[in-house]
Amino acid sequence: MNPFSSGTRLRDMIRAIRACKTAAEERGVVRKECAAIRAAINENDQDYRHRNLAKLMFIHMLGYPTHFGQMECLKLIAAAGFPEKRIGYLGLMLLLDERQEVLMLVTNSLKQDLNHSNQYIVGLALCALGNICSAEMARDLAPEVERLLQFRDPNIRKKAALCSIRIIKKVPELAENFINPAAALLKEKHHGVLITGVQLCTDLCKASEEALEYFRKKCTEGLVKTLKDVVNSPYAPEYDIAGITDPFLHIRLLKLLRVLGQGDEDASECMNDILAQVATKTESNKNAGNAILYECVATIMSIEDNGGLRVLAINILGRFLSNRDNNIRYVALNMLMRAITVDAQAVQRHRATILECVKDLDASIRKRALELVYVLVNESNVKPLTKELIDYLEVSDQDFKGDLTAKICSLVKRFSPERIWYIDQMLKVLSEAGNFVKDEVWHAVIVVITNSSDLHGYTVRALYRAFQTSADQESLVRVAVWCIGEYGDMLVNNIGMLDVEDPITVTESDAVDVIEIALKHHTSDLTTKAMALIALLKLSSRFPSCSERIKEIADQYKGSLVLELQQRSIELNSIISKHDDIRSKLVERMPVVDENPAGDSIPATTASINLPNGVAKPSSAPLVDLLDLNSDDAPVPSSSGGDFLQDLLGGDLSPAPKQSGVNHSPNNGTSVLMDLLSIGTPTQSSPAVPDLLNSGQDSKKPVSPLEGLSSPSSNSIQPTSSAGFAPGIDLLDSFAASPPKQENNGPAYPSVVAFESSNLRIGFNFSKLPGNPQTTLIEATFTNLSPSVYADFIFQAAVPKFLQLHLEPASSSSLPASGNGSITQTLRVTNSQHGKKSLVMRIRIAYKMNNKDVLEEGQINNFPKGL
Amino acid sequence: MIRFILLQNRQGKTRLAKYYVPLEDSEKHKVEYEVHRLVVNRDPKRYAGLFFSLCVDITDNELAYLECIHLFVEILDHFFSNVCELDLVFNFHKVYLILDEFILAGELQETSKKAIIERMGELEKLE
Repeated sequence: MNPFSSGTRLRDMIRAIRACKTAAEERGVVRKECAAIRAAINENDQDYRHRNLAKLMFIHMLGYPTHFGQMECLKLIAAAGFPEKRIGYLGLMLLLDERQEVLMLVTNSLKQDLNHSNQYIVGLALCALGNICSAEMARDLAPEVERLLQFRDPNIRKKAALCSIRIIKKVPELAENFINPAAALLKEKHHGVLITGVQLCTDLCKASEEALEYFRKKCTEGLVKTLKDVVNSPYAPEYDIAGITDPFLHIRLLKLLRVLGQGDEDASECMNDILAQVATKTESNKNAGNAILYECVATIMSIEDNGGLRVLAINILGRFLSNRDNNIRYVALNMLMRAITVDAQAVQRHRATILECVKDLDASIRKRALELVYVLVNESNVKPLTKELIDYLEVSDQDFKGDLTAKICSLVKRFSPERIWYIDQMLKVLSEAGNFVKDEVWHAVIVVITNSSDLHGYTVRALYRAFQTSADQESLVRVAVWCIGEYGDMLVNNIGMLDVEDPITVTESDAVDVIEIALKHHTSDLTTKAMALIALLKLSSRFPSCSERIKEIADQYKGSLVLELQQRSIELNSIISKHDDIRSKLVERMPVVDENPAGDSIPATTASINLPNGVAKPSSAPLVDLLDLNSDDAPVPSSSGGDFLQDLLGGDLSPAPKQSGVNHSPNNGTSVLMDLLSIGTPTQSSPAVPDLLNSGQDSKKPVSPLEGLSSPSSNSIQPTSSAGFAPGIDLLDSFAASPPKQENNGPAYPSVVAFESSNLRIGFNFSKLPGNPQTTLIEATFTNLSPSVYADFIFQAAVPKFLQLHLEPASSSSLPASGNGSITQTLRVTNSQHGKKSLVMRIRIAYKMNNKDVLEEGQINNFPKGL
Repeated sequence: MIRFILLQNRQGKTRLAKYYVPLEDSEKHKVEYEVHRLVVNRDPKRYAGLFFSLCVDITDNELAYLECIHLFVEILDHFFSNVCELDLVFNFHKVYLILDEFILAGELQETSKKAIIERMGELEKLE
C-alpha cells in the first residue's frame, strides 16, 4: 500500500504550511504537527509511522529540529514491507549521518536487507550504506557488498560498486579485497555498471598502491580499448548527449587512464593514440564535448611526457579561452594555471588571449586571468604586459581595481628593467588608482625616487603634471607633495631635463599652490596634510620669496584641532620666524643613498632594502646619511633600513633606533630631525625623543645644529610624560619647561604598578646587575586587594623571543587578605635586543579565593625605557 | 566526488538537499544560506525556477557536472512530465528516490535517462 495514496495528510500538511503567510504562523503549524507526531511515536502507532516520518522529513527540510524521529527510521527499516523500508531508509539518510550512535543499531537490519531475496530491498540497503556508512559499518558489511558486486542484476552491481567506494574510503585496508571484483566490472557492457566499476577502480588506485600496480599492468590496454569503442560507437539514443555517446563514461575512463599513466611511461605510451584521437576528434560546439576535451587535457598534462600531445592540449585550452561560455573560459584558466608548471612556453603562446580574459565581464574569470597573467610575466614581457594592465586599470571595475593595482605594483617592482621605467609605471598607477595603492608601495616609490638623482627633476615635473589631473588620488598626492617639497627648485627651473621631456613652465608660486591645494583638499587625510606642511617648510627655504606666503598658509593650522597639524604649524612658524639661520640646513635635500660609503669606519648592519630593480643594496648606513645633517657625522648602524625609511616618510612609526642609558653615540641630531619630520602619531614617536635629549648632554661633541638647541635642563624626560612632540617644541624654542628630572648618574628605574585588578595589584621594582646591562632583576610584589585570603597563588609570565625569562620561587603561595602582607617573587629578564626593544610581558595569575579557582591575565607594556 | 546537492528556489527555500558528507544541521543551514546568497545574485541557469547547485571536489570536472545537472533535470522533467517547483514540493520523497537512482555515495550511478525512468516505474509498482 502506498503510504501517501490513502492518507492525504502529508499533502494536507504541506498545503497548510504553504498557506502560512508569516514565519510565526508556519512555526505554529509545524509545532502542532510535531506534537501530534510525538504523540503517535509515544503510542507506538504503527499504521501511520511511515507517513509521520515523511512529514518529519519535510519539516526537517524546512530547517526545524526533528531528532526525536530518528528511532522511527530504525523501526521502519526493521519492518517487512518495501514501502516502509523505503521511507525508513530515506529518513535514515536525511535525518542521520555516520556520526550518530543510533546508526550502530541499524547495522543488523542492513545486513539482513543486503541478503534479502527481494532485490529492490537489497538496492535500498546498498543505497543507504553507500550514503552514510561509517568505518565500523564498513568493516561489518564489506563481505556482503563484495559479494553483491557479482549479483545477477546490474542495478545491484552498480550500487554495490559505488558502495564499495564508500567502504574503502572509510577503511582503506579493505581495498585489496575489492581489486579482483572491481577489475571484473571493467569488462562489463552495461554502462551503469561500467561507469561505476571505472570509478571504483579509480578510488582503489588512490587507496592502495597494490591496486594501482594491478590495474596498471592488467587493465590499461583493456581500458584504452573500451575508450576507443565508446569514442567510435555508433549513435546510441539511450546514452546520446549532443551527438556523443555517454560523455560521462568518456570522462570517467579518461580519469582512470590519467591515474594509471601518471608516473608510468609504458602505460602513458599505451594511451597516447587514443588521447590524441579524443583531443582532435571530439566535437567542441557543445558543453558535453568540451567536458570531454577538458578531461582529456587534464590527462595529457598528468601522464608522462609527450611534447606533441601537450601542445595539442594547451591549444585546446587556448581555444576554450575564446569560447563564449563563461564556464569554459573559467575552467580553461584554471587548467592553464596548472599547465604552467608542465610547459610554461606553450602557455606563454596564449598570453594575448589570457590578457583579454583579464578584461572579461565575469568577475571570477577576471580574477583567475589576472592570477595567470601574474605568473606569466617575466623580464622579457614585463613591459607590454604591464602596459596592457595599466591601460585596463583606467576602465576596470572599482571592485577589481584593488586586486589589479596590487598585482601591477608587484610586477613592476619585481621585473623593472630600469628606474625610469619603474618611476613611469608607478606614476601611472598612482595617477590611475592611487587610492588603491598600499602604503608600503608608495613609500618604496619615494625611496626609489630619492635614490635616482638623475631623475629627480624629471620625476618632480611628471608628478606636477600628474597632480593637475589626478589630485583625487591620495597616494599620488602624497608622493607629489613629498617630491615637490624636496625638488621644488628643480621643478621651477627645469633642472635635469631628459631628452624625452618637454620643458614646463612652473613658477615658485605654482609649486606652492600644489602643496596648498593638497593641504586644503577635502579628501586629504591627516598624513597628506602633515606631509604638505613639511613640504611647505622645505619650500620656504627653497623659495625664499614665498616664505611669507608659506608662513601664512601654515599659520592657518595654528589653531587646528588636530594636534599633529597644530604642532607642525607652530614648529614651522617657529623655524621660519626664529631660526632662519638653521632653516636651510634643516631642510637640505635628502642625499642620494651612497651605495658605497667611503671612509666609513662604522660597520654597516646587515639590513638592506630591496630596490625595485631587484638588486639588494646595503642601505642602513647610507640611510642614516640620508637624514643626517652633518656630512662629517659618522652614521650609526640603525636597526633596519625599513624603520628608518618609515620614520623618514612618516608612516607608522616604529620606535626609532636608539640606545639606552648614558652611552650614546653622537648622532642624535639625526633622530631629532627624524622625529621632527615624522608624521606618525605623536604617542608612537615618543620613545625617540627622551632618549636623544638624554644623551645630548653626554655626547662628546654636539653634532647637529639641533642639539645645540636642546635645553640643558631638559636632559631627561620621563618617557611616559607626554606626546613626543612637546619636547620637540621645547627643543626648537629653547623653552626650559623641564619635565620631572632624573639624575643621569647611572640608570635607576622607577617602580611601576605592572598590573591592577579589583582583586590584585602587582608592583615591579627594577635593578640591574653591574656590568650586565642586558639583564634586569625584577622584584614583583603581589598585594591582595580583596577581603579574602588567596591560596595556591601561582604567578606565570611569558615573554617574546628576544627576551629570556627566569622566575625564582615565590616567597609564599598564600596571599593574606586586604593588603596585610604580600608575596614577592624575583624575575630575571635578559633582553637580547637591549637598547632596541623594550621589555614586554604577558602574565597569568591563578589562585583560589574562597575555594574557587580564579584566573587573571594581563599584558605589561609599561616597563621603563632602557631595560 | 559530489559533496552535496541543493535545489533552491529564488527565495532561498530548499526544495531538496542531499549531503554525501556528514555535516551538522547548523552547518547545513549555513551552507544552504551561503549557496543561495552566491547564486541568486548571479545569473546562472535556472531549471523550473529552481537553482541546482552541486558542491564537488576541486579536482573534479566542472563541465561534466553541469552536464550532470542537465541530465538530472531531464529525468525529473520526464518523470513529472514537465516538472515544476510544486511537483518537487509535494513529491519530495520521490525526488529523493530518483536522485538515489542517479547518484550514490557522491558518484554517478547511471547515465541513461531511460534506465532510471524504467527503474522508477518498477519501484512505484512496489508502493
